Amino acid sequence: MSILERPNAGEVSPATGETHETDTRVKSNTPVNGEYRLLVLDAPQSILNCQPGQFFHLLCPVTSAHQPYLRRPMSIYGYSAEKGELQFLYKVTGEGTRALAELKVGDTLNVLGPLGVGFTIESEWQNLLLLARGVGLATLAPLAQEAKRLGRKLTAICSARSQDVLMSIDYFEGMGADVITLTDAEGTSDMDNMRRVIEAKISEGAVDAMYTCGSNRMLKLLQEIGATHNIPGEIALEQQMACGLGMCQCCVRSFNRKGLITQERVCREGPVFGIQEAMAW
Amino acid sequence: MVNLTTKIGNLTLANPIMPASGTFSEDLAEVLDLSQLGAHVTKTITEEKRGGNPTPRVCEVRGSMLNSIGIPSKGIDYFIDNVIPFYNQFDVPLVVSISAHTADDFARICERVSVPGVDAIEVNISCPNIEEDGKAFAMRPSTTQSVMTKLRSASDLPLWAKLSPNTGETIEVAMAAEEAGADALVVSNTLLSMAIDIHSRKPKLGNLMGGLSGPSLKPIALRMAYQCAKSVDIPVIGCGGISTVEDIVEYLIAGATAIQVGTATFINPNAMVTLLAELETFLKNQNIQNVSELVGSVRDEDAADAVVFMETAP
Repeated sequence: MSILERPNAGEVSPATGETHETDTRVKSNTPVNGEYRLLVLDAPQSILNCQPGQFFHLLCPVTSAHQPYLRRPMSIYGYSAEKGELQFLYKVTGEGTRALAELKVGDTLNVLGPLGVGFTIESEWQNLLLLARGVGLATLAPLAQEAKRLGRKLTAICSARSQDVLMSIDYFEGMGADVITLTDAEGTSDMDNMRRVIEAKISEGAVDAMYTCGSNRMLKLLQEIGATHNIPGEIALEQQMACGLGMCQCCVRSFNRKGLITQERVCREGPVFGIQEAMAW
Repeated sequence: MVNLTTKIGNLTLANPIMPASGTFSEDLAEVLDLSQLGAHVTKTITEEKRGGNPTPRVCEVRGSMLNSIGIPSKGIDYFIDNVIPFYNQFDVPLVVSISAHTADDFARICERVSVPGVDAIEVNISCPNIEEDGKAFAMRPSTTQSVMTKLRSASDLPLWAKLSPNTGETIEVAMAAEEAGADALVVSNTLLSMAIDIHSRKPKLGNLMGGLSGPSLKPIALRMAYQCAKSVDIPVIGCGGISTVEDIVEYLIAGATAIQVGTATFINPNAMVTLLAELETFLKNQNIQNVSELVGSVRDEDAADAVVFMETAP
């Protein structure tokens, strides 16, 4: 098996027996900047054995102004069994997130999770690199926490429109990461420069595995760099979901597995997939 | 002590609550105790492997959802080797949902899936997504009759015909299914629907159209369950928009012998087990000993116009 392939990905349903539907209590729900909010929940221990890259399916509250119907999948921004805490960083864009934004301290939020297959950190991957833009930072944040716990070196390349809307820089620095910021405003966030920055890290020998989330352009970039330098990587993907458990088959995406195009469920076989098997969209 | 035992023909269920096909799989075992259900109803399989429809396969409308999954299937061999053994761990009747493009293909998979460990076959003659323009066997009495006749001769297992709300001939289709040998009717599948994003002007589903499910489907499916129960002697299994215990009781009163819970499980994965407890409590509070006492207890005798209305309604 090539190192570029993710071992056993999607072969079987990864039932953990650790998924629960449960009520949580809102500890805080505050704006981070003009677009993003941070939701902190008081959560029971039963749902806090999370893996970086996993997600929860949130039953957003129905209010007089907003009536979301289906649950909304949201990647975990932070989890702490010690504090009994679960965190989500979200952008207010639609019916579900507008309803979430109205949650007040002390309100109840029903959550289902943790769900899906998270990121892999193989024991030989000592030097990790993550590449994130916008809300993608939310998905990759727990990876930084896990890298710190495992004593791995981490480079976090964070991209945004401008320095003002760069989020979580302090967080990544707090996790001991070497943080590199790239912005549209400074003209440093284009793909050519991103490639130069990553390849400079590779030439320093500081990249054993690469991780990203969401973006088509960053997927293609990491696929090219990974193939050229024989470096494995993973990507967390999104798709509209209904059940979040694998029953409804709504959230499939196409993957290139051993030369065959297969359909895999983002909620069940993912949301994290091998960087080379993921297909640009 | 309330008796929830429910008989569908020769099959005895511990209670009248079961999942609707397509909203249930082995994956739910991670959250819910599958042994508590009246029956297990699997997602429709086809004989061949199928990829399913393009995404997006789901979108929500106010208080309900549309889907166009398109019956992705790993094929019958995978199903027999892997899925049937999984469900046979539980002492719960297994109902296998099947579909096919032609009546002959349908009969072949019906025969192949009639194996030990399967207790009944739900024949999905009503999926609005599998054929062009959402056409399905259960839209007409003639196509229902011909496919059910072939299915009947292909298996000795109980056959449950899943009907469609996409017909102007509900009663005629129900009677055709009964006459051709169906052992029960599941009423009903989803209603063919559409939603368009007004900003992009694109249909919200990759397949353009899809099936409506959830609470807004309930009055339609309930009306059909009522019409079917009035018109046939075989049991009717109510399905469509059930999310509360009141919904279940309403279907039973309308004439359904058992019910299926579908979309509600997507919102609350524990819905079926919660509803089971609530149904038991409801019956206790009403001093009803047997759940079967509710079935068909609708007091429609005073409504003289109902028969006329049923003729004018689809």
